[in-house]
Amino acid sequence: MSDSRRQKAARIRSLLETEGDAVFENTTTFNDGRYESVEKLDDYEGLKARARAIKEDAIANLPDLVEAVTETVEANGGTVYLAEDEADAQRYIAEVVEDRDADSVVKSKSMTSEEIEINDHLQSRGVDVWETDLGEFVLQVADEAPSHIVAPAIHRSRENIAELFDAHFDTDAPLETAEDLTEFAREYLAERIKDADVGMTGANFVTADTGTIALVTSEGNARKSVATTDTHVAVAGVEKVVPSLGDLQPFVELIGRSGTGQDITAYVSLLTPPVGTPVPDFDDDETPLAEAGPDRDYHLVLIDNGRMAMRDDDDLRETLYCIRCSACANSCANFQHVGGHAFGGETYSGGIATGWEAGVHGEDSAAEFNDLCTGCSRCVNQCPVEIDIPWINTVVRDRINRGADPDTFDFLVEGLTPDEEPAGLDVQKRFFGNFETAAKLGSATAPLSNWVMDAGPVRSALERFVGVDSRRDLPTFERETFREWFATRGPRVDPADAAREVVLYPDVYTNYVSTARGKAAVRALEALDVHVTVPAVGESGRAPLSQGMVSTAGEKASRVYGALAEHVDAGRDVVVVEPSDLAMFAREYERLLPERSHERLAEQSYEVMEYVYGLLENGGDPDALATGNEAVAYHSHCQQRTLGLAAHTVAVLEQLGHDVVTSDVECCGMAGSFGYKQEYYDLSMDVGDELATQFTTDETRDRTVVASGTSCLEQLDSLLQRVPTHPVELVAPR
Amino acid sequence: MVTSHTDAFVESARRVDAVVTPTTVDEFAGTLEDVVTEPAVGTPLPFEGVTYDGTAVDGAPTGAALAEAATGVTAAAAAIADYGSVVLQETGAGEELLGLYPDRHVVVVAASDVVPDMPAAFEALDGQFDAGRRDAILATGPSATADMGAVVKGVHGPREVQILLLEDR
Ligand code: SF4
Repeated sequence: MSDSRRQKAARIRSLLETEGDAVFENTTTFNDGRYESVEKLDDYEGLKARARAIKEDAIANLPDLVEAVTETVEANGGTVYLAEDEADAQRYIAEVVEDRDADSVVKSKSMTSEEIEINDHLQSRGVDVWETDLGEFVLQVADEAPSHIVAPAIHRSRENIAELFDAHFDTDAPLETAEDLTEFAREYLAERIKDADVGMTGANFVTADTGTIALVTSEGNARKSVATTDTHVAVAGVEKVVPSLGDLQPFVELIGRSGTGQDITAYVSLLTPPVGTPVPDFDDDETPLAEAGPDRDYHLVLIDNGRMAMRDDDDLRETLYCIRCSACANSCANFQHVGGHAFGGETYSGGIATGWEAGVHGEDSAAEFNDLCTGCSRCVNQCPVEIDIPWINTVVRDRINRGADPDTFDFLVEGLTPDEEPAGLDVQKRFFGNFETAAKLGSATAPLSNWVMDAGPVRSALERFVGVDSRRDLPTFERETFREWFATRGPRVDPADAAREVVLYPDVYTNYVSTARGKAAVRALEALDVHVTVPAVGESGRAPLSQGMVSTAGEKASRVYGALAEHVDAGRDVVVVEPSDLAMFAREYERLLPERSHERLAEQSYEVMEYVYGLLENGGDPDALATGNEAVAYHSHCQQRTLGLAAHTVAVLEQLGHDVVTSDVECCGMAGSFGYKQEYYDLSMDVGDELATQFTTDETRDRTVVASGTSCLEQLDSLLQRVPTHPVELVAPR
Repeated sequence: MVTSHTDAFVESARRVDAVVTPTTVDEFAGTLEDVVTEPAVGTPLPFEGVTYDGTAVDGAPTGAALAEAATGVTAAAAAIADYGSVVLQETGAGEELLGLYPDRHVVVVAASDVVPDMPAAFEALDGQFDAGRRDAILATGPSATADMGAVVKGVHGPREVQILLLEDR
């Protein structure tokens, strides 16, 4: 077990060194471009909602649409082939190429054709295949797999490509600049395109009413491959079919922005093949093109390869809405650092790749990289079709867990595992998924437990058997829990005089580890005339959920709702200190609880600083809180940002007199248990570096560091010399 | 007729590195001469009174002429103000090829065909697709790539895009 962890860590480390910088630069440029570009849209949210609705309907009616598009394309003079799987698609395409007597094929970039590995298949039959997209061409020369679904060669720098070309081609002069390289590739490929008999493209969308394919590109290679050859093979997953031409409009406006941050790519081609372009003969100086005539052959190959089964799968279905824009990858902190060669399977990479790989290649392919999704939810608002990508990752993780063989170390955690999971579940996952149990035990036996945990033999055993990296400080448990403290002290605002009544949710960290932030939350709320109670309620289910232990999480969710239902019914507000637990109530409980229960809890739950903000807005007296003029550096929590709650904290701190600077990095790199795990420790620190850099500039170096999430606080603590604190500790009166 | 969208179109086209030059039917030949590099090839222009007469453009090129051409001239069915895009359509005369192979693409568009935004463009396209014109390229600026480590214009398509805006159509 520990060997495979070490190997994984080594592979990640080597990718961080070799490809990390190029990937980071490109993905963050795309990402910044996206923010800027969507800002210009009048109604971004409306556009996304329409795009989603179109995809929902299209996937619901997919069999009818496939039938309709078949009729249309055939009426247009083309042929449609519905390929069951990879082998079937390969066979059909090879036949088309053979019938045409073609010895060379030019291709425009298409992930679906990567999925069916058509290049290898055709080459093994003696057909030359040329990728004409420059990024794909680089990979073809290097004999490498794409590292990104939109920009396949982003992991390679200019210098790197220059070396590659230099070693491979006999060029007159050394190619140095991006212009040189482009010029060379353009000329080289222009010859291949002129010589080819068959042009192969993908299709971003296919419309059932007109039989049109939409191709979104910048280089012009797709157009050239189609126009210059007389046989066109378009390869697309069945999920690409939408009802009508008009349906393309929201996608045309969203896809470039979401992917590379361009308002629109240079070319959005709406082709209804066989196209009407005359087939050119560049040696003919007699016949005008207009008289050459479009004698063309067209084949649309629609590929199932697991997609129809995904459609029947309630959890994987949403994957089919994906338009392969890559926003989820570009916005993912882990992807930004390690790229698609670590964060990807056989074909697809990035956030949604888990869904694609599980669907088309099986869970084993998804298992390779599924744990790189930390569930931070940063991608959720970025997806133009509103797919809950972290949920797909969680479900697939659960399935992988369930498929695992029981292993020999089970005895180690017996008794520590009051969960619903199968015996084979990875010990590391089981340990982190049951953190509440460890915390209870740790707190009950503190401070002894803290000494023991810190001692060498225990740390090395933890590392060896559980994969807890010994470079990471473990949390220190408090002997007196937050709930015990509150029970002894009691509420200080009488319900009769109270402005509001609140139940403060004692999450595991607040209860057993960071009791100070819980106490501060109580003092802040009471200062604003709120009657506070701290109910006996367990862990939200976040810990098991992030390990893919869905049924354990469901069990916990039911218990939490059970414990809070009476308060919710009585109209009390639920205030949550830990943003990832609030996100649980607001987002994931939708999947774990009955609809009504989820709605009621979600509607009545607030993040603590959001709540303080609301109290102040409604006439609460800011002077009752601790005012001050500290210089603060604030890092908001990723899930809090997804929920749109980052601004409230800043507003409250500023209202109380502080001067606040905010980090704009995507993530702190910790995400719960992630940075504790031996295989991911280096990546976690590499991601964290971004934040550390922002908080050690001339402007930020001396500021008090404040963060909302437990995991962010822990990460900041290990990255900086200063001890960070929760914002509520800054505003609570002493 | 000049619509209110043309100013916005000129501005957006500039942002995507397409150069827009206003012209009229009477001035067309002169304006065109200024923006073509020879040898130049063109496809028939569907605007009354607008021809290649008196210019160096070969209006019925062969494949060989296309291979040699430095400039390709074609008409656009519409332009989209918000994006600076032109809508290129194939009539069977080889527009698609002329807009791809030569280094410079000169696009002639009537100011009255400038639509404000993408929904309006799709409405227009829908009608044309119904009427049987079924290939359309929404082209925005010259072709480009960032795959070689920096943005380079002119990859498999043109390096330069010149748009002639016919203001009295
Ligand atoms: S899941 Fe969404 S964000 Fe990710 S590639 Fe697909 S459409 Fe884009």
